[in-house]
Amino acid sequence: MRDATSAAVASAEPLVALQRKPRSLWGDALRRLAANKGALIGVVVFVVILLMAVGAPWLAPFDPVKLNPIDSLQPPSARHWMGTDQFGRDVLSRVIYGSRTSVAMGFVAVAISVTAGSVLGLISGYYLGAADMVVMRLVDVMLAFPGILLALVIIAILGPNLVSAMVAVGISGMPVFIRVVRGSVLTLRETEYIEAARVIGCRNARIIARHILPNALAPIIVLATLGIPSAIISGAALSFLGLGIKPPTPDWGAMLSNGKDFVSSAWWLTTFPGIALLLLVMAINLFGDGLRDALDPRLKL
Amino acid sequence: MVRYLQKRLLLAIPTIMLTSIVVFLMLYLIPGDPASIYLGDKTATPERLAEMRHIMGLDRPLYVQYGDFVWKALHGDLGRSLQTGQPVSKEIRDRLPNTAALAIAAMALAIVVGVGLGILSGLNRNSWLDTVSMSVALVGVSVPIFWLALLLIMLFAVRLQWFPATSQPGLRGLVLPAVSLALLSAATLARLVRSSILEVLQQEYLTTARAKGLRRAAVVLRHAIPNALIPVITVIGLQFGSLLSGAVITETVFARPGLGKLVVDSIQNKDFPVVQGVILVLATIYVVINLLVDVAYAVIDPRIRLR
Repeated sequence: MRDATSAAVASAEPLVALQRKPRSLWGDALRRLAANKGALIGVVVFVVILLMAVGAPWLAPFDPVKLNPIDSLQPPSARHWMGTDQFGRDVLSRVIYGSRTSVAMGFVAVAISVTAGSVLGLISGYYLGAADMVVMRLVDVMLAFPGILLALVIIAILGPNLVSAMVAVGISGMPVFIRVVRGSVLTLRETEYIEAARVIGCRNARIIARHILPNALAPIIVLATLGIPSAIISGAALSFLGLGIKPPTPDWGAMLSNGKDFVSSAWWLTTFPGIALLLLVMAINLFGDGLRDALDPRLKL
Repeated sequence: MVRYLQKRLLLAIPTIMLTSIVVFLMLYLIPGDPASIYLGDKTATPERLAEMRHIMGLDRPLYVQYGDFVWKALHGDLGRSLQTGQPVSKEIRDRLPNTAALAIAAMALAIVVGVGLGILSGLNRNSWLDTVSMSVALVGVSVPIFWLALLLIMLFAVRLQWFPATSQPGLRGLVLPAVSLALLSAATLARLVRSSILEVLQQEYLTTARAKGLRRAAVVLRHAIPNALIPVITVIGLQFGSLLSGAVITETVFARPGLGKLVVDSIQNKDFPVVQGVILVLATIYVVINLLVDVAYAVIDPRIRLR
């Protein structure tokens, strides 16, 4: 029985539906992410370290590079919270400054991997044919060098310094992005809206940029986030081996290498930079895990 | 089965070839004249440089040089070290057993601990064992190998004096390096095996087996675990690569005379023949191992063979 009230309600319903904000993929993901305690802890720790890196000149109590032989090899004390190294430099200040190279390495190297990898993956997956074959063989060759060996090859060519270390780690990280983006593109290019776009005459470049790329974004974001800790560790490993940043710039890997020679006498030289590295890596891993679960629990990355 | 093997071999050979091309080209990608790089001193006279260029065969076309490189490599001639003058193949042969021992020990440890804990965690979800294992595993994938190695030295070599701090021949000198190398792989395998088991436990064929009267233990042992381990096999092949890569670091920390330490020292000393030779050998070993893993995968999972 339709009376005036229900008629009013019936006519009001579409308006209410329009006023309710549509649920988006990103909104949902953000909500799920915020509910994940591990991810939140990860973000907090990461932001703290990021602030430490940016605010190093103001936060560090001592000059990280100035030699101070009088105070050499002091254990942690009230004055030097993390002790001093064999040159008398304050370890805490060096740890704070060292966050800069680690964070920079993480972001720059992953930026290289993501950009180069995604471009190659897009080209390979979209144009197929010869381009695809070349890119896939390239990936096979890159994956034939286990782990750090590819980075070592690049550093052997470019010479050991910070920039070549970043490039080396960046290039080593490319294969996974190439494969994932290519996979996404292969799936997406068969969809109907892509076919529709082609039918109405969209040029390939536009199709790639406007339609394929945004939909391939989710796995790229997750892999990039999970790739940052790996890049940070690889960078620290390279400087640990003496193939990365040059002294006396503070760097956690280089500090660990330095502390190696004092393992029995000065435990603080190896412990604190290592803890810093561990915290940064775990924080980003936790956040990345949370991000992956939030964006799509079925992604199985 | 044979067709699958043929296909895999057909893919592996071009990969090794392309890898050898990359290694060969390394010398030419370095800024500077290859001859002066080989000579080592930048103040070589033009006559010396020309002589070196002729000796190295740099005046021949590139493909001839590459062919020469491959021919020599196949006959075991990888050039001579700029540092020691010894044949590169001899340096590699002397050190390969050390790296092999370390890699095998670490792989065995990683498989036993990682797969074992992964199975136990997966079967006893949310138990204290599960929680503890997975927390340790999370730390395990985040800890850098070089730091772990130093911590182990501090605790077990310096403080407790149970094991030597630098590598020594024999089993005792292998323990600390193998453990530091194995942890990352063990943690990765544990996490993977656990999620694989959890997935397999949802499968309906297990319920069917139970319904037909099979005891829980038999269901787990005969159906759940073998099926859960199938995806793990490919990962073990990849982990071997991670072990080779980690061996580079571990050998440096423990001063173990292996291929990893050799390649790092050679890069620092700009001893390119050695760098090229070691990388070629390691990459080829890795490709072969992955090939073997793929074959094992096909043997174990009939679905692959019949594709």
